[in-house]
Amino acid sequence: MAQVTKEEVDVVVVGLGWAGSLMSIELAMAGLKVRALERGGDRGYEEFAYPKPADEYAYAVRNKVMATPAEAAVTVRYNMSETALPTRKWGAFAPGTGVGGSGLHWTAVLIRPTPTDLKLKTYADQAYKPGILQEDMRIMDFPFTWDEIEPYYTKFEHICGQSGKTGNLRGKIMEGGDPFEGPRSEPFPLPALEDTLNSSMFADVAKKMGYHPFPNPSACVSRAWTNPYGNQIAPCNYCGYCSKYPCLNYSKASPQTAVMDALKRMENFSYEVHANVLKVVLHDDKKTAKGVIYMDAQGNECFQPAKIVVLSSFQFCNVRLMLLSGIGKPYNPITEEGVVGRNYAFLSNGGSTLFFKDKNFNPFATAGATGQMINDISPGNYDGPGLGFIGGAKIHSSQATGTPISTALPKGTPSWGTGWKEGMEDWYGHSMKISITTTCQSYRDIYLDLDPNYKDEYGMPLLRMTFDWKQNELKLQQYLKGIVGNITKELNPDSYSESFLPMDAHFDLTKYVSTHNVGGAVMGDNPKTSALNKYLQSWDVHNVFVPGGNAFPQNFQANPTDTIGAITLMAAQAIKDHYLKNPGPLVQV
Amino acid sequence: MLLQKKTTRRKFLLGSVMALPVSAVIMKGFTAAQAAEMAAPELSDYKPVFFSADEWQFIMAAADRLIPAGGKGKAPGALETNVPVFIDQQMHGEFGEEIYMQGPFNVHAPATMGYQLPYRPQQIYKIGIRLANSWCQQNHQKAFHELSEKDKDDALTQLQKNGIKFADMGEESLLASQFFSELLSDTKHGYLADPIYGGNKGMKAWIAIGFPGARASYTEWVKQHNIPYPLGPVSLAGARA
Repeated sequence: MAQVTKEEVDVVVVGLGWAGSLMSIELAMAGLKVRALERGGDRGYEEFAYPKPADEYAYAVRNKVMATPAEAAVTVRYNMSETALPTRKWGAFAPGTGVGGSGLHWTAVLIRPTPTDLKLKTYADQAYKPGILQEDMRIMDFPFTWDEIEPYYTKFEHICGQSGKTGNLRGKIMEGGDPFEGPRSEPFPLPALEDTLNSSMFADVAKKMGYHPFPNPSACVSRAWTNPYGNQIAPCNYCGYCSKYPCLNYSKASPQTAVMDALKRMENFSYEVHANVLKVVLHDDKKTAKGVIYMDAQGNECFQPAKIVVLSSFQFCNVRLMLLSGIGKPYNPITEEGVVGRNYAFLSNGGSTLFFKDKNFNPFATAGATGQMINDISPGNYDGPGLGFIGGAKIHSSQATGTPISTALPKGTPSWGTGWKEGMEDWYGHSMKISITTTCQSYRDIYLDLDPNYKDEYGMPLLRMTFDWKQNELKLQQYLKGIVGNITKELNPDSYSESFLPMDAHFDLTKYVSTHNVGGAVMGDNPKTSALNKYLQSWDVHNVFVPGGNAFPQNFQANPTDTIGAITLMAAQAIKDHYLKNPGPLVQV
Repeated sequence: MLLQKKTTRRKFLLGSVMALPVSAVIMKGFTAAQAAEMAAPELSDYKPVFFSADEWQFIMAAADRLIPAGGKGKAPGALETNVPVFIDQQMHGEFGEEIYMQGPFNVHAPATMGYQLPYRPQQIYKIGIRLANSWCQQNHQKAFHELSEKDKDDALTQLQKNGIKFADMGEESLLASQFFSELLSDTKHGYLADPIYGGNKGMKAWIAIGFPGARASYTEWVKQHNIPYPLGPVSLAGARA
């Protein structure tokens, strides 16, 4: 039993990133008493005043605002027969912690998936003859229609101050935007960010080659913006410290700037930091939760009773909490029974680095989302069925950072000595990238469960990822290599180097890809194959809601934050409109 | 304060200079960059807080070969920019405490599984320096720092390529290349990080490559394509160069 029992609240929110802060403010605005528990520390914007974040070593090398592996490691293995090993240092991904979570240090590319991305299974069944796709693939549709979710994308984009160019306004294709985007009910709230030299060069060449470039949709706002909660977000000054850094200019939408400022002023909202939730406590019938147990900063074990439990921590933390609490049946990859842990997916990146002796890219003059991209190679927009794989990528030339430790050097430059030093002097500021951010499908034997060997500081099992690349994703990489190669040649650099996964590649944990880990507690129409219904409500424990990237049944080429915001807002609306009046399952099957 | 050293006449003068506003500094005949450089300790006066005297000689000699002085450009070397101070200061602090260190450890896992060593970086340095020096003694009858430049470069190359077999010297977990890789990345970090961490003295590495440091405001510059940015760097502490 817990030592300290807190006063009951209407809603306890576990984790104060985007999902937790949005749930908190929406439910607090409905008059509910909301209490948020955050594992990490408080992160107010006062600690990010200029010039503190302008520190590559602290933020990009030492991961100052990420969770440490010591407190948040997972274990990883390539297949079911191996012993998984812990992520002792971060490499391929690095989740956030503290107030703001991963929404504090994100690059702020705020882009929607396409309608086809959200109905990928339907598309696959229509477009691919049986036998073309891998037998072990387990892709699913998102359980809502475009018309249902679109207003929530719009709402979240207004909360962030999305900057960009409209491509499809209520069905009308607009010049300069993404012609493949789903119909928007309203145009982008703000105009696009400025283009850097690399963005302009990429866009010109892509257009010439028949592609459809458009500015990266961004939550680094291009103009002053007051959002629907009354928070003010200042125009971006292209400071160059964005991805992995908190914003020193109050310009990148984060839970802090976009939500918390207003939320903290509400009397029916409170939050506690260094409050590490260990478990959701269920009633004996396992159909409802009665609250959560957490360790507070003083080391007390506390019980927080609540009528509604929102698990809104990072994707794999949410899945782990469900497994540790007995919410939903754990997935078994042999029998394919159980739902918690199934459909985990990550994603891959890669691309080409182009070196130009005579071009000054001034890489430090940039916002995280600065860039231009094409969405031509996304599901349904090219001949995937003829090529024998499904998926796609956004292909982009972005300039998310220009700090010196991350300088790219041409092939053949020595890694140390006079040659390295001269290479730095010759090439810093003279390279640009063409990058891919790919889809990643879900598979029968790619999943999450609890590790039998490694434990956290409280003696609880770490989460285990069983993940490796499948042929579908590697074929996609090889196809993209050809396309990026053609664009590269058209740009005609002095030299270039390429990075794409070969057909025998294994998942490499040492190189940063992104922190777009998704799945494991997915939303769906069928309780046999999904842990959550379309309102992110546990099928099994109806007063537990689990917003986050965990709900994606596979990964699309678009960055996940826009969708995490949209599905969270849709779930919050359903709780307000329906659940409060009639607590119980919101979807009947 | 770790970066303090015994008060020399120069330090005394500098202390009074640094307490003045920047305009006064320039009136006294120093540029801000000169003042920033002088504020950092002289490498020869610096007393390491983490490394022993022998280890310090190795670090100084290795840093000097990893990023040598001279060459065809204007970029300084690791010793001119106090890189060893950076490494010593990092090892003395909480560096490596973020690593998940619960066992069991599988040091034979594929490299793609990432860091699986049973050591924190501090131990990697202690073991690596001892074994590297011992290899130099066996092969050259000298410690690493006493070798010729060519032999130092050869020893570093052997470390990088696992030509020095730590396993044959009784070390079961650490590979020479893993030690080299820590040493090289910390050396580069010390060269390119803000001077607040003890290296990049006078922001000379930034000046050489054209990085403006913590200026962090380029509203006008983002639109000016293919024009070199004209201003020198500023540091987190507000020094300009």
